[in-house]
Amino acid sequence: MIPEIGQFALVMAVIVSALCATLPLVGTFRNDRQMVAMAPNLAAAQCLFAAIAFFTLMAAHVTSDFSVLNVVQNSHTDKPMLYKIAGVWGNHEGSLILWVMVLSIFGLAIALSRTIDPVFKARVLSVQAFIALGFFLFSFLTSNPFIRVNPMPLNGNGLNPVLQDPGLAFHPPFLYLGYVGFSVAFSFAVAGLIQGKVDGIWARHMYPWVLTAWSLLTIGIALGSWWAYYELGWGGFWFWDPVENVSVLPWLAGTALLHSVKVVEKRGALKHWTVLLSILAFGMSLTGTFLVRSGLTSSVHSFANDPERGLFILAFLILAVGGALLLYGIRASRFELGKPFHPVSREGGLVLNNFLLFVATFIVFVGTLYPMILDGLTGQKISVGPPYYEATAVPVALLVMLAMVAGPLMPWTLKARMGRILKFLAPAAVIALLAFIANWWLAPKPTLVGTLGLALAVWVGVGTLLYGWRVYRLQDGAGVMARLKRIPRSSYGLILAHGGVGVITIGITMSGAWQSDFEGKMDIGDTAEVGAYSFHLDNVEETVQGPNYEARRATFTVTKGGSLVKVMTPETRFYTAPPTQTTEADIRTGPLGDLYAVVGEPSPGGGYAIRLYYKPLVSWIWGGAIIMALGGAIAMSGRRKLPVVSTAQAHTSAQPAGAAE
Amino acid sequence: MSMRSKIYLILPVLIFGVLAVFLYKGLWLNPEELPSPLIGQQAPQFDLPPPRGADAGFKTADLHQGKISLVNAFASWCVPCHAEHPLLMELQRETDIPIYGINVKDKPEDAEAFLTRNGNPYNGVGADLDGRVSIDWGVYKYPESYIVDGDGKVLYRIIGQITRKTIQDIILPMAEKYNGQAAQS
Repeated sequence: MIPEIGQFALVMAVIVSALCATLPLVGTFRNDRQMVAMAPNLAAAQCLFAAIAFFTLMAAHVTSDFSVLNVVQNSHTDKPMLYKIAGVWGNHEGSLILWVMVLSIFGLAIALSRTIDPVFKARVLSVQAFIALGFFLFSFLTSNPFIRVNPMPLNGNGLNPVLQDPGLAFHPPFLYLGYVGFSVAFSFAVAGLIQGKVDGIWARHMYPWVLTAWSLLTIGIALGSWWAYYELGWGGFWFWDPVENVSVLPWLAGTALLHSVKVVEKRGALKHWTVLLSILAFGMSLTGTFLVRSGLTSSVHSFANDPERGLFILAFLILAVGGALLLYGIRASRFELGKPFHPVSREGGLVLNNFLLFVATFIVFVGTLYPMILDGLTGQKISVGPPYYEATAVPVALLVMLAMVAGPLMPWTLKARMGRILKFLAPAAVIALLAFIANWWLAPKPTLVGTLGLALAVWVGVGTLLYGWRVYRLQDGAGVMARLKRIPRSSYGLILAHGGVGVITIGITMSGAWQSDFEGKMDIGDTAEVGAYSFHLDNVEETVQGPNYEARRATFTVTKGGSLVKVMTPETRFYTAPPTQTTEADIRTGPLGDLYAVVGEPSPGGGYAIRLYYKPLVSWIWGGAIIMALGGAIAMSGRRKLPVVSTAQAHTSAQPAGAAE
Repeated sequence: MSMRSKIYLILPVLIFGVLAVFLYKGLWLNPEELPSPLIGQQAPQFDLPPPRGADAGFKTADLHQGKISLVNAFASWCVPCHAEHPLLMELQRETDIPIYGINVKDKPEDAEAFLTRNGNPYNGVGADLDGRVSIDWGVYKYPESYIVDGDGKVLYRIIGQITRKTIQDIILPMAEKYNGQAAQS
């Protein structure tokens, strides 16, 4: 009976979101207050039904209800409870329900906002509901998770063990929170186009959503990369895999948006660009969803290939993004011009930032889609690998880092005195230069790009600290604490977010150039030297019993200068449901470096294939991402209460076309 | 409002339209499916030495031993190859289908590291340093595998990773059918 409740909730969600997508919007044109006032209630009802559908599916997974096909295909009674829950979104159908539930929760949050003008709110909620309707229909028609199976099997097929992992359990929810967060920016952009007006207040209301989406997406991407680092057992953290790329696309566009929306808020300029970026950021989220689920790109970890589903998402993508861009073409000429600014000013710097981030988005997008486009044009098949991105995206990233230190020091609107700014930043340049020389001479495996990256990371880190110092000195107040308290939260946010970029880059470059490793055969009793560490292979157990797997487990005693550091026990796990083998690297994470041990296959002549690494500062990669997201959260906490948009003003601009001209 | 600025504003939607056409066309392309001109033909002629870390090389004559075999083109720089490898190890452990490898454009130390880290399931593996042999085979994407009969005739091409499904649905049935017929005649 329970799955039918979910089925019912899904149908109700389709109906309610269809109503919410139309009635309030029509009401805003007819000046019908009752219809406009329906929007928050319908949004709340939609959220309720989405939640019922989601938790019904979760109940089916938790109780191992094998009369439901989705549970049979993805669960198993032996699975630990955490993964029974995470298994809900570990598959295509369930992850869609999560997607659309998150979308509905965001809709509810907008509905509850007291500061947004009711008419504008109704339009935003209608656009949100339109997006939700697309996904509810998609779920119900092509990917229904509540389909029953008859006869009921005794047990399920199990969750892919590679996905059975705490990092991955929380990777998709964060990613979706980020993707879906950009839907709010999209809805704001479309509502702004409908009313033919985009201004500072519009930007102020939108900014927190962009900030939230960006912070959550940052964490989501970092979790995915962390998972790849310790679970795939290759020691790498980023592979330029199409599925990874599609999560980075909205992040890049969103980072550009985060900066440009500030310009709209403060100076009323860059309106066109900001609206287009809002559409682009969410368009990239949808494209990502489309690519991962349509089987257009083949990848290590995409969902099942199904052209019918792909067609549905594509149709939706065209309707949503194409519709929004068409609306832009028709309505954007109504936008008032922003205040003019000098090219070498804060605005100018942010334009440069946006240009570089847009180029980066374009590069990754082309790299991800080019194989398919070439196939479509000529039938030729190729695949694009890391060398492409290293030659294109990495230089752009380096340019971004070069520029991002000076930007915050430039004044709004007026010509910046670049000579003075560069003089102020001279210490950062000197330290960066020293880092460059030191790395080039001393690192065991220096590369030019890596050394440049390290120098720029130091430049960003020190430069951001200098910026912080300047902000501190500008505050009045008696005593250090009083001054620190007076620094705006948004400045703290900027310092952390920019500093985080430096920290991440230090992690990437240092762990590459200073890595020590051992890859080869070891017998029991052998010792391998990796950097300053000695790994002694004590023994290898062939059949260690886990909850739903058997494992080969190696035990290493790791010492440094004769004293014990850690006993490490990497495993290779053999799962039975479904039969799969996974590598469980044992990693000792530390602020200064990670020890990383992997046990592989037994060698024919005795001994085992072993991989050991010492990766200095590698954890800074994820630490930096957390710092960036924290910056976003602190900037959020400092947002003052937003003023209510004047209703009269909104109504004027809501009048039919022609009236405003 | 002048006409000119309006035409300019319509540009984004036009660009998106072109992109959508490609996405639509792409939907009907299957990245895993491509006919090979080699199907039904003899495998190309080559004789490759083993890469560092392997004992036996791989040459055309290896494919003329009367048994169906699997030829796998791989490289250490190919990420899906790492993911695919445990399945090849399993296939080698659990069946008697000979597996041959073509290691494409790998540095000797990388090839050795790959084989020690992931195991060596190959009866013979050839180091295709300049990629010439893989071009003769028509490999366009890594990993890629071929099923070859006992007289060196190419029967089937598997583009991309071998999966458990490929093994169950294609490799094992083909091997069973072919080796069964060979035993009768």
